[in-house]
Amino acid sequence: MLEVVDLLKTFNPGTPNEVRALRSVTLRLEPSSFLIIIGTNGSGKSTLLNAVAGTFLVDTGTITLAGQNITRWPEHRRARLIGRVFQNPFSGTAPSMSIAENLALAARRGQPRGFGWTLNRRLREELRERIRSLNMGLENRLDNAIGSLSGGQRQALTLIMASWLKPELLLLDEHTAALDPKSADQVIRLTHEIIERDRLTTLMVTHSMQQAVHLGDRIIMMHKGQILHDLQGPERARVRPEDLLRRFDDVRRREQLDPAVAELLQQRYV
Amino acid sequence: MTLLIGAATIGLILALLALGVYLSFRIFHFADITADGSITLGASVTAILLVHHTAPLLATAAGGLAGMIAGGLTGVLHTKFKINGLLSGILVMTALYSINLHIMGRSNVPLLNEATLASQVESLGLPFWPSGELLVAGWRVSLRDLMMLGGMFLLVSSVGFTLHLFFKTNLGTAMLATGDNQQMIRALGVNVDFILILGLALSNGLIALSGSLLAQYQGFADVQMGIGMVVWGLASVIIGEALVGTSRIGLLITGAIMGSVLFRLLVAIALRWGLNPNDLKLITATFVFVALVAPGFIRKLKSAAPATPAAP
Repeated sequence: MLEVVDLLKTFNPGTPNEVRALRSVTLRLEPSSFLIIIGTNGSGKSTLLNAVAGTFLVDTGTITLAGQNITRWPEHRRARLIGRVFQNPFSGTAPSMSIAENLALAARRGQPRGFGWTLNRRLREELRERIRSLNMGLENRLDNAIGSLSGGQRQALTLIMASWLKPELLLLDEHTAALDPKSADQVIRLTHEIIERDRLTTLMVTHSMQQAVHLGDRIIMMHKGQILHDLQGPERARVRPEDLLRRFDDVRRREQLDPAVAELLQQRYV
Repeated sequence: MTLLIGAATIGLILALLALGVYLSFRIFHFADITADGSITLGASVTAILLVHHTAPLLATAAGGLAGMIAGGLTGVLHTKFKINGLLSGILVMTALYSINLHIMGRSNVPLLNEATLASQVESLGLPFWPSGELLVAGWRVSLRDLMMLGGMFLLVSSVGFTLHLFFKTNLGTAMLATGDNQQMIRALGVNVDFILILGLALSNGLIALSGSLLAQYQGFADVQMGIGMVVWGLASVIIGEALVGTSRIGLLITGAIMGSVLFRLLVAIALRWGLNPNDLKLITATFVFVALVAPGFIRKLKSAAPATPAAP
């Protein structure tokens, strides 16, 4: 279970570039639940993901995962519990290393790296079996440099790598945003399969309202570093992409109005 | 013949420098100028221990270890104090100049009358060739030169092979991946700072070992001997890459060793033909500059070339 309490993060404090990226964010995620985060640009959704992953330490607040307070853990230590797929398909793999080496690195996620051999015959067979299910023909190209693959293929492999050792939490940061529609569909199908099969607790950021509605069992909408809407249960089940878009429009309209005027209008017409 | 054997031996000794530079520059993309200081550090630590009658093997190992500490320090400055990589290397290199002077007590320590690895290797062959000389293809060659060449060949081959095996271990693969994509390997639970410090320690350990052996082969350690060595190592790596023409790590390690020997042989021949030794570093630097810039320049020329007009 993931529990985030009262997270606060300000970038460049005390400078003209000060950004209050997270303002008292509190969130509780039950095991095996699949949470989708949506929001406008700069709303803090990726910042929330990065705060949980440990890319930076938060100013105040606590993050608890699988019963352990990980708030002050460095990123590499949190990786014992967290699997992660980045937005950029090139961020999740080491391009000049082979497919087999990349997967073997992921097969030891969060474990000490000693002088044991990275690859042996048994592991190679296991790797081959796992990526055969992708139906991309990669099982016969284990020794090819992963950098020679397409963005979609690399992102599919990154997803397999992130979920190899069944993480306590899977973080997906707009992981299909940089892919062509066909590859994006393939990766989304794979995402769904893996999460369902392993019953993974998942946090996924997306800009796609279709993905938000068709995946996951809960949706939160963020704005200006805060959670604006939290849709779950029957409310989540009823929601359609148009509803989410309307909520975005509401936010935009409210942004353009002076708060006093907005309140006046609300009192008069709502 | 003696000239060629001497050049090949120095080439093999400096192959350890090339391997160290390969680690920092090609694997971590870290321009580590500590090398200029750590090669002298290896030489000075070994020299002063030999003068105090320490066993040559122990003195050599101590030289390598001192280099590891220097490299580790550069790594700590860069990762823990967030100092720019190049500046971290410059700081440690500058500090090492004074440290080396302190270690040696003066700017030059002769080793001609001390028991060194070179003299020990020579003594291994004396029972078989008591005259201390051999005929090779009709040329008279000193036993010391030939035994040292053989010894260095064995040592450098073993180091290269061990390094190759190391990169097949979990730790070695994590090191390669750290150079390739830090974001990814961090997300897979590897402490990138630790790997960088370890890698730079390993790199400078090899470089200091090279300095230690060079001092013992030449018969002296000098505080100036490290100047421009990082560029020398880089030139060897670049020649090696051109020789093997692949991205496979095992071949690249072999290439760096071959590149170092070939470069030293070319230099020896050029000096024999009358090249002014004062121009050597200028020519080496120019060579590295051209080798670094040429591929991009050629690509630009190719892409700028007008397309062949289609047939009417």
